[in-house]
Amino acid sequence: MATLLPVIDYEKIKKVHDAPLEEFYTSGHRTCQGCESAMVMRDFAKASGPRTVVTGATGCMYVANTSYLTTPWIVPWMHTQLGAGGASAVGMAAGLRALMRKGRIKNEKINVINFSGDLGAADMGVSGISGALQSDYDLLIIMYDNESAANTDIQVTGSTTYGAQTTFTPPGSKHRIMHKRWKKNIAAMLAVGHPTCRYVATASATFPALDFMNKTRKALSIGGPTFIHTFDPCPKGWDFHPRYAHELGELGIKSGIFPLYEIIDGQVVYTYDARQKGRIPVREYLEKQGRFAHLIDEDVDYIQGMVDTMWNEWDVPGIAPFKAGLSVAG
Amino acid sequence: MATVAERTNVWEKEVLLNGCQAVSQGAKLANVDVIAAYPIRPYTEVMDALSKLIADGELDSEYIVADSEHSQFEIVKHASSVGARAFGGSSGTGWMYGFEALVVTATDRLPPLFVVGNRALDDPGAFGVEHNDALSLRDMGWLLAWASTAQEALEHVLIGYRIAEDHRILMPMALAMDGAFLTHSQHMIKVPTQEAADRFLPKFDLGKRVMHPDNPVSIAPQVNEDWVMELRRQNWEAAKRARTIIPEVYKSFNDVFGPRYANPFFDEFMCEDAEVVLVGLGAVKMPAQTAVRRMREQGKKVGYVNLRWFRPFPTEQLRATLGRMKGVGVIDRNFAHGSPDNGGIVVQDIRSALYPLTKRPVVTDFIGGLGGRDMSIADCIRMLEITTDAAAGRQPDELVTWIGLRE
Repeated sequence: MATLLPVIDYEKIKKVHDAPLEEFYTSGHRTCQGCESAMVMRDFAKASGPRTVVTGATGCMYVANTSYLTTPWIVPWMHTQLGAGGASAVGMAAGLRALMRKGRIKNEKINVINFSGDLGAADMGVSGISGALQSDYDLLIIMYDNESAANTDIQVTGSTTYGAQTTFTPPGSKHRIMHKRWKKNIAAMLAVGHPTCRYVATASATFPALDFMNKTRKALSIGGPTFIHTFDPCPKGWDFHPRYAHELGELGIKSGIFPLYEIIDGQVVYTYDARQKGRIPVREYLEKQGRFAHLIDEDVDYIQGMVDTMWNEWDVPGIAPFKAGLSVAG
Repeated sequence: MATVAERTNVWEKEVLLNGCQAVSQGAKLANVDVIAAYPIRPYTEVMDALSKLIADGELDSEYIVADSEHSQFEIVKHASSVGARAFGGSSGTGWMYGFEALVVTATDRLPPLFVVGNRALDDPGAFGVEHNDALSLRDMGWLLAWASTAQEALEHVLIGYRIAEDHRILMPMALAMDGAFLTHSQHMIKVPTQEAADRFLPKFDLGKRVMHPDNPVSIAPQVNEDWVMELRRQNWEAAKRARTIIPEVYKSFNDVFGPRYANPFFDEFMCEDAEVVLVGLGAVKMPAQTAVRRMREQGKKVGYVNLRWFRPFPTEQLRATLGRMKGVGVIDRNFAHGSPDNGGIVVQDIRSALYPLTKRPVVTDFIGGLGGRDMSIADCIRMLEITTDAAAGRQPDELVTWIGLRE
C-alpha cells in the first residue's frame, strides 16, 4: 500500500543568514517571555515550510498558543488530545496517502508533524507514539520537553529532572525531595524499540545555533516515522529569569545532563560529545534554577554521579544504559 | 419494509453473511479511505473481513492496526480531518477506553462512521450484548442508530455516511448492532451493486474545514467561556437539523433501492389499531414481533415499535405513534443505576417525550437481556401482559420489571 512520494529537497542551513525569512508560526500567541518551547514551534515551522500540516497535543503549546479567534499558525494546525500525538499523525498521513493514491488530491509530499509536550509524549502518549514509529508513514513527532505539565501549573512528569520542585513535588519539613524518579530516557527508548524508525534525535532550539532546524529538515528528508526530543528551559516552571533561557539550555547540554545526539539508521552521531568536549559540573546548571533551591550538596553529588555514570559507564554513552561490555574490544 | 416495486438491477448478489461481514460489505461499497482496527469481541470480525477484502484487492483503503482504542479512534478522527472517509468500531469496554476520542470527534464536527458491536461492560467480563456501550454517546453530539437485521446494518453504512457527511450536519455516526444476535448470526444478505451504492452515496468532501496546506485553518483552539456556549449551540443546531435531513436521505435511498424504509426513525409492527405496544432496539425485534403475532391471534390489540434512531431522538414521530396507545412498555437492554425509578436509559427519553401530551399512555419499563441473556418470545409476551395490566390500571409493584432474572 505504500506510495513513494516526491521528496522536498531541503538544504542544510549553514549560517543564521541562510535561514528562511518566512515565518509559519508568528504572532497571535501568548506564550511567556523566554519560552523555549515557543522557539521550538517557530523553528520547526520555519524549517519545514508551507507544505506542512500540524497537530498539537493538549499542553502549554496548545493553551498558550491558540486562543479562539487568534492563531499563530500559518500552516494548517489542529488540536489533538493529550495522549493522541502519534495517532493524530498516523491518521493524517494515512488519509493523505489514500486520497493521493485514489487521485482525489494532488500527489505531493506534505509534511505531517505532531508536537506533544513531555506529559503527552513521554507519559500518556508513549503507546500511540510507539504505534506511529512502527508504521511506514512519513511523519515527524516532536516532543517539546519543558520537564513539567506547564499548562496546569507545573506538575511533575516522567521527564522531570530528579529532585525538582513542582506543584506535585513541593519540598517540606519532613521530605526535602518529593520527586525521586530519574528522568525518562524517551528518545533513546523509542530508538531502541523501533529498529525500522530511521531517525531519532535530541535537540535544543538554540544550542548549537540552527541545529534543531537542520534536524527537523533531516527527519523530514529521511522519511518514514521520525522523532525529535527537544530540551526547553521554562522560566515559569524552572524559576529563572527569562533573559537566561538560551544560556540555561546550553548549560544543560554542556553539563551532560541532557545529551544531544542523532540516531540515523542505527548510527549514533553526537551533536555535542561531552566525552571529547568535556563537561561542566552539573551544579552550574542546577544552581541557576529556583526549582532546585532546596537541594543540598548530597543531592547535587547524587545527580552528578548519575550523569558521570551515564557518560563513563554506559555502552552507548548518554544514550543507552546497558553495560554488556560491547564497547570493550575483543 | 415493503417489497412492492423492489428494484432488481441494484443488487449485485444475495449471499449468506453474518452481521459483521455485512457491515464490511457496506464499508467496501462506501469505498472507505482509512480503516483503523483494534481487536475486541464481538465487533472484531468486521475488521477481520475488511483486512481480507484489502488483502484480496477488493477494497483500496489504508488499514492501520492501532495500539489501543484511543489511538484507533484518534486515527479515524484525524484521517477524517484531512478529508478521507474513515471507518472504525469497537465493543464494550474498548469503546469506553477510547471514549475521549469519541467526544472530540463530535465536537470537531467530523463525520467518520463507527460500528459498535454491543457488548456488556466489564467487570466481570462478558461477551454478550448490552447497550450501555453505545448509549454512552447519547449526549455527545453523535448520530446513533441501531440495526435490527444484518441487511439493515449493511445498508446503514451507506445511509450513515450520507447523513454524517451532509454539510448541514457533519456529525460522526455510530451504527450499533447487538453482539452475537446480529454480529455473528448469518442471514441471506442482498449486496448492492457498486453503481447503485455510488449513485446513493456521493464522494466525501469535507469542504472548508479540511486540513490541507492549500487551506490553512486552525482547528479547535482553546475557547473558554468566551465562545464555548455559542459553539455548543452550533452542535445543537446540527443535531436539530438532522431530524429533518434524515428523512430526505431515506427518501433518496428508497428512490435508488426501492421502497425499503417507510419510516426512517422506527418501524411500526401491527401498531395501526394497537392499544399496547413494546418499544425496543436491535435484535429483540424478532421475538417481540412473534409475541405480538401470537397475542394478536388471541385478539389482543398489541404491537411493536422497533426504534432505529436514538440520536437524534424522533420525539415528534414517537409522540404521534405512542401517544395513541394506552400502554407503552420499553425494553431496556441496558441499565441506568440510580436513575428515576431505577429504570433503563431508553425509558427516560420516551417518558420525557410523552410528558407534554395531555393524554399520556402508561409507560412501563423492562430491564432484560443483559450480558447477552436471551429474551424469548415468552419474555416478550409477559412484558406485553404486564403493560396491558398497567394500562388497565393494575399497576405492577414496581415501575421497572427485570425480565429473565434468576430469583
